[in-house]
Amino acid sequence: MSAQSPLVLLVEDELPIRKFLGASLASAGYRLDEAATGHEALQRAAQTPPDLVILDLGLPDMDGQEVLKQLREWLAAPIIILSARDQEQQKIAALDHGADDYLTKPFSTGELLARIRAALRHAARIGGSEPGATTYEIGDLKIDLAARRVFTKGGEVHLTPIEFKLMTTLVHSAGKVLTHRHLLKEVWGPQQVEETHYLRVFMANLRRKLEVDPAQPRYLLTEQGVGYRLASE
Amino acid sequence: MSGERPNPDELLARVEQEASRARRGKLRIFFGYAPGVGKTYAMLSAAQRERHAGTEVVVGYVEPHGRPETEALLDGLAALPTREMPYRGVTLREFDLDAALARRPQLLLVDELAHANAPGSRHTKRWQDVEELLNAGIDVWTTLNVQHIESLNDVIAQITDVVVRERLPDAVLEMADEIELIDVTPDELMERLAAGKVYIPRQAERALQSFFDKSNLVALRELSLRQAAHRLQRDVDAARHERAADAPWLTSELLLVCVSPSPTSARIVRATKRLSSSLGADWLAVAVDTGDRRASPAMQEQTARNLRLAEQLGAETHTLVGRDVAETLLEYARSRNVTKIVVGKTATPRWKRWLFGTIVDQLLERGGEIDVCIVSGEGETPQLPQMLAPADLYRWLDYAYALAVIVSCALVAWAADFGGLAEANVVMMFFAGVALVAARLGRGPAIATSIVSVLVFDFFFVPPRLTFAISDSEYVITFAVMLGIGLLISELTSRLKSQLQASQQQERRTAQLYRMTRQLSELSGTEFLLRTAGRQLEEIFDAEVVLYLTELSGSLALRIGEKTTVAGQPVNAIVAQWVTQNGKVAGAGTDTLPNATALFVPLVGSQRTVGALGVRPKESNRFFDPDQRRLLESCASLIALAIERDESVLDAHQSQMRIEAEQLRNSLLSSVSHDLRTPLSTIAGAASSLLERAREQDREFLQTIVDESRRLARLVDNLLDMARLDSGAIVLNRQWHVLEEVVGLALAAVKREMQNHDMRVAIPSDFPLLSVDAFLLEQVLVNLLENASRYTAADSAIEISAAIVGKSAEIRVADNGPGVPVGSEVKIFDKFFRGSTVAPDGRRGVGLGLAICRAIVEAHGGRISAANRRAGGAEFCIVLPCNEPSPKIRDDECSVPASV
Repeated sequence: MSAQSPLVLLVEDELPIRKFLGASLASAGYRLDEAATGHEALQRAAQTPPDLVILDLGLPDMDGQEVLKQLREWLAAPIIILSARDQEQQKIAALDHGADDYLTKPFSTGELLARIRAALRHAARIGGSEPGATTYEIGDLKIDLAARRVFTKGGEVHLTPIEFKLMTTLVHSAGKVLTHRHLLKEVWGPQQVEETHYLRVFMANLRRKLEVDPAQPRYLLTEQGVGYRLASE
Repeated sequence: MSGERPNPDELLARVEQEASRARRGKLRIFFGYAPGVGKTYAMLSAAQRERHAGTEVVVGYVEPHGRPETEALLDGLAALPTREMPYRGVTLREFDLDAALARRPQLLLVDELAHANAPGSRHTKRWQDVEELLNAGIDVWTTLNVQHIESLNDVIAQITDVVVRERLPDAVLEMADEIELIDVTPDELMERLAAGKVYIPRQAERALQSFFDKSNLVALRELSLRQAAHRLQRDVDAARHERAADAPWLTSELLLVCVSPSPTSARIVRATKRLSSSLGADWLAVAVDTGDRRASPAMQEQTARNLRLAEQLGAETHTLVGRDVAETLLEYARSRNVTKIVVGKTATPRWKRWLFGTIVDQLLERGGEIDVCIVSGEGETPQLPQMLAPADLYRWLDYAYALAVIVSCALVAWAADFGGLAEANVVMMFFAGVALVAARLGRGPAIATSIVSVLVFDFFFVPPRLTFAISDSEYVITFAVMLGIGLLISELTSRLKSQLQASQQQERRTAQLYRMTRQLSELSGTEFLLRTAGRQLEEIFDAEVVLYLTELSGSLALRIGEKTTVAGQPVNAIVAQWVTQNGKVAGAGTDTLPNATALFVPLVGSQRTVGALGVRPKESNRFFDPDQRRLLESCASLIALAIERDESVLDAHQSQMRIEAEQLRNSLLSSVSHDLRTPLSTIAGAASSLLERAREQDREFLQTIVDESRRLARLVDNLLDMARLDSGAIVLNRQWHVLEEVVGLALAAVKREMQNHDMRVAIPSDFPLLSVDAFLLEQVLVNLLENASRYTAADSAIEISAAIVGKSAEIRVADNGPGVPVGSEVKIFDKFFRGSTVAPDGRRGVGLGLAICRAIVEAHGGRISAANRRAGGAEFCIVLPCNEPSPKIRDDECSVPASV
């Protein structure tokens, strides 16, 4: 990452949305590049490679998924997708095609900025030389990956091997959404990617062990129809 | 038939027959050889046993026997009231068919299958009532004596000298599922008779006295036993057929009987029936139309009646056209691979036989490999009073014309004679006249012309002229030859002419049918199609035509022929209704509902009966000809198919329209959703970004903007969801879900609205996985929670709980607010229902949230209900069926939720 503040490429066809997002991003200290169409986005990104892309899937000139695929062919920077409510399949497809995260409209700028921060942090860890931290702390939850121990407010919690493996996968991408498919593949192996209910049951068990109120989770967040996310702030 | 290799069609037919039998009621006939053998007694005893076994047995009609043993057996059996029919001053008691159809018992007893109903009944014969009962799926038991069987009619008349008028077509007997032979020895029967134990109807007393003669009874008993044995043989054959494979195969026999207007013909037809059933063969009955103009309407009617009889006895009937009867018959027989031709001995005078030969001789001579069976045709007195109809012979105008022709011939001949031409040429002039008259005016005038020509020739041209005397006896030969040739010319010419007419008529019919086929297949639009068909039918049959069609509502509507006399008679509509329901021909000229003024045929399409076609010929009696009736039935099926085709085109058009409407709706919905959501997102986003750096005093307003725009976005979502649910466009994406997680999502979605409420979630840790569409279930919970939060004060408690009750999962959302207004617990789930309760925030909902909840829950096969808690507040309960066991999770270390 350059010493300058990160450059964000905002791809959005609706001018009003672009305007207020631009203002919010600028005031949060990011440098901004804008594109209203898919072709323009590809062109802008090629001219000045951005540090992060915010991409609306509904573009007038070409399919957002196509823009994503073409960007991903050469761009390593995180890409955050903006989508409408009832488009799970699109979200999942985008995540499978290499998007890092997504936001469903309507969203608040606060949420967007949090996602940007998580994505940039994650990108820095992968790209940078610093080794992944072995401990992870959020709220009362503390996870020591090296010692394979997990603590909550009430003390140490015993996790089964699979639960721990699941937890580890989530910690490695903390703050980032992980699809069902990705989690199943990481934890159970590539044969089990369709058995989503396995994941749901293990997630429920983890919540019962780690959350104060499992029905209103603070750490292990559900992304409806898409996957799970470990809260990062 | 017993000896034929089963081909796929036959097997299919048998399967279909079995399938239709399954739907039909079963017919059991208690069969005996004379009154008094105990058929009714046996039937009632069996019925009592059946009743004790728990079957619903109802007595439809049993003859009053006046014998205590029989009467006692009626005890405990429910009986239908009889219908009283006034007839010629007396009241006849009849079986009430409609009452039986309305009552629909499992088993109905109807005595005396061969009974003829009183005039004014729906059917003329009781067996037709029984057939309708069987079609309605009611089992029927009935009784029958052997002398009522149609094909045995003449034999029995010969044995007993009693002509039985109540006859039963053999087909009905063959339709029976079971035949139970009731048999006693003739001696015992006669003892019973002597003891007064035999019930004899008063009107038949005299006739039956000669009937109960021992030799008669022995013969009748033999016939009944033989009949039962035949039947048994057939059952055995059928059983063997089912087991197929190793049964012996014979080549099949096919019989052909020639039907003529002769009164003995009916007898020959019956004999053929007996022969065919003993051979187990099919049979054809054909009439040959020689185009003979001497055939009066009465003779045509007699031929048609004989053909109908054959049809009733199970023959396939045809009318052939041809000059030479024997040749036509043989040609047809060869084309159908007929093995035997059955003909009657003719009563032609010996000299005529010797001179011209008989059809029988010709058949024997030219029959080749086809056997000719000759059956006695004598014994019945001719019933036709006059073979030749006067109208045909004595059309005086034709004779006047013929006379004019003779006069002209005579004049020309006189001129020729005057000019010195030979006598032979004079004779030729007269031949020319005969030929002309024969060709134009037919046989009668031609014969007259031949005779008169000879006389005129004699009178005017043979010396001595102007007398009938002749000078030279050689002229006798001239006269004889002249007369003979004249007669021959008239015969041949007139025959040729009438044959031409017959074949023209046939051709015309074919052409008409073809034209109708073509026109109907080109047309579309039911109204237009019907009108064209009506016009065509009027033309073809020279008749009044009415057409009834089944409407969508199921009722029958008159579509063609409102102005005809047929439509004016209310009885015809009822007949049309019956015909449509039963898919059978009825009305004038048939045995069913003959009091109608028109003949009705069903319009049977490929899927269903679409209606009924009624025809009233302008000349009566025209439909007694089976050929005509077949033509009418072909027309009817053409029309039915055309109507069906038209309907299916209409259906296809409508479903195309529906698809287009659906596409339009979907694109409208998605554009609305985009156009509404985008500005809402902008408002919420912009306000939220202002909120980040707003001054304290502005924060509340900005927060309101954010909250309200999100609320509005949810409202838009609800509207779109409702539209999709309504159109059935939502397909459930069922997966196994953890309820806690879905509840968590719902709580997260309404977090801001609920931040001041005390949320309690009580889901047992062993609660099973649910197979639901989580996205939609979340929507249900969000709507319920929103509802609860709106109608309760801040700080009040909202509780979500879940439990397994039996085979269902119950999810409850309860609050401690004002509760549901009493009386509107169900109505609140109606679309756009807005209760009178005003929420504390001063707003009323649009009445969509709960309607969506109900639609979603019902799409899952569940129920949703609202009630008030005893402690105060509302409680919503979602019940979802858990029929499938939840999947097992294979991991010993993991605490697995118990399955249901």
